[in-house]
Amino acid sequence: MTQAVSTPNQATNAAFSALKCKECGAEYELKASHVCEFCFGPLEVKYDYNALRLSVTREKIQAGPNSIWRYRPFLPVATDNVIDVGTGMTPLVRSHRLARRLGLNKLYIKNDAVNMPTLSFKDRVVSVALSRARELGFTTVSCASTGNLANSTAAIAAHAGLDCCVFIPADLEAGKVLGSLIYSPTLMAVKGNYDQVNRLCSEVANTHGWGFVNINLRPYYSEGSKTLGFEVAEQLGWELPDHVVAPLASGSLFTKIYKGFQEFVEVGLVEGKSVRFSGAQAEGCSPIAQAFREDRDFIKPVKPNTIAKSIAIGNPADGVYAVDIAKKTGGNIESVTDAEIIEGIKLLAETEGIFTETAGGTTVAVLKKLVEAGKIDPDETTVVYITGNGLKTQEAVQGYIGEPLTIDAKLDSFERALERSRTLDRLEWQQVLV
Amino acid sequence: MAVKVLVPTALQNFTNNQAALESSGSNIAELLESLEKSFPGIKARLCDENGQPRRFLNLYVNSEDIRFLDGTATPLKDGDEVSIVPAVAGG
Repeated sequence: MTQAVSTPNQATNAAFSALKCKECGAEYELKASHVCEFCFGPLEVKYDYNALRLSVTREKIQAGPNSIWRYRPFLPVATDNVIDVGTGMTPLVRSHRLARRLGLNKLYIKNDAVNMPTLSFKDRVVSVALSRARELGFTTVSCASTGNLANSTAAIAAHAGLDCCVFIPADLEAGKVLGSLIYSPTLMAVKGNYDQVNRLCSEVANTHGWGFVNINLRPYYSEGSKTLGFEVAEQLGWELPDHVVAPLASGSLFTKIYKGFQEFVEVGLVEGKSVRFSGAQAEGCSPIAQAFREDRDFIKPVKPNTIAKSIAIGNPADGVYAVDIAKKTGGNIESVTDAEIIEGIKLLAETEGIFTETAGGTTVAVLKKLVEAGKIDPDETTVVYITGNGLKTQEAVQGYIGEPLTIDAKLDSFERALERSRTLDRLEWQQVLV
Repeated sequence: MAVKVLVPTALQNFTNNQAALESSGSNIAELLESLEKSFPGIKARLCDENGQPRRFLNLYVNSEDIRFLDGTATPLKDGDEVSIVPAVAGG
């Protein structure tokens, strides 16, 4: 299953030419590498924006596929042979009931809980990474994951006919394990925490020549998140919002949404505008929120302890960039308790009919916290990013959402139960956190 | 003080492919000098122009990040284990 990497195919219409270190600017060839050899900073894809400005138009995008690939010129793939499983172009929902509940007049929800094919935003980054992996000649692809990424990589690799090996911590929830195993990858359950899994995967990438979507293919992978910025701009009628609220794990999603908006402005697709960037973390793993609060330009790593496992990165590599963006755009990075996260999941479900996982609950809870602290103008066009589906973290809400009323198949049994349920509502029973 | 140093793959070309080695120093700053003497050129990879460890490198003494301790002044004693770990990205 090992694969020698062949020279990348430099097709004529690719607007990207090199990998560049975000810290020191050193440039490298467009192969599978993610860390600067000189300063260990992260490598990013470098684009030719002049070429993009001349070739991209709103009409061409609108005429493109109904997926992330309508933005192909902005994505680091050199050929037309992309893996398109219909990922992206998820609904941008105008919120009414949640907005009213919070006292906001222009709230939108970007709903990646229904993204294809595995119901999280990860399908975007994986589609890009695997398309590029195939171009670079990899036949085995892989990832280190605590959940959504594993599901996505296994699914899209299956669709593309690529061999797949997924690495997870051995104590991952059963649902996430099942949600990866079903696609028949090789699943390595590592006896260790996520950091240890990630470190092991770096070694495997070096020695076995596999394409790890979030390690050696990371510069290509991370570009997929820009589509969450592109789509919102297009769906708002080719306009940027005033304020966005997004969850923070490694910080990559946050920084790439910002980059997406910037690129659209740079090539003239939308008018430039200040957009405030606010971020959401769980208190049990909030190194970025703490750095923001304490005005530091470095992250102090923490040991995660929260139900929001999908965003529990104790040492986030893009954390410093996220703090920088929040500060310079006038946003806020806040954290919320596990109890608030559960309330956030319930609030979104009860007001908008959207069932999100713990990361989404964190984002909604932080949105609420910022509104209550007077940090969101009711008339700002605010977009909240919901990144994954609630069916993936059912354990988190079990016990907090009540029980069915069990009745006999008789009218009087039903009527007694109905009366009981109305009484319970009137008494405003509160869930007791056991 | 004799300490054990764990070196990441990215730097093993400096250390003759050793992932674990013995070095010495009474604190981190001295340890870095000592490593440079044994493996010339390694310090420029570990530290920036101001002699501070690079932002995307983490140094741990017995599993504690030195940023929580005394930075490069963090004292070392016999038998301590120092790990050099590049920043981890999420998934």
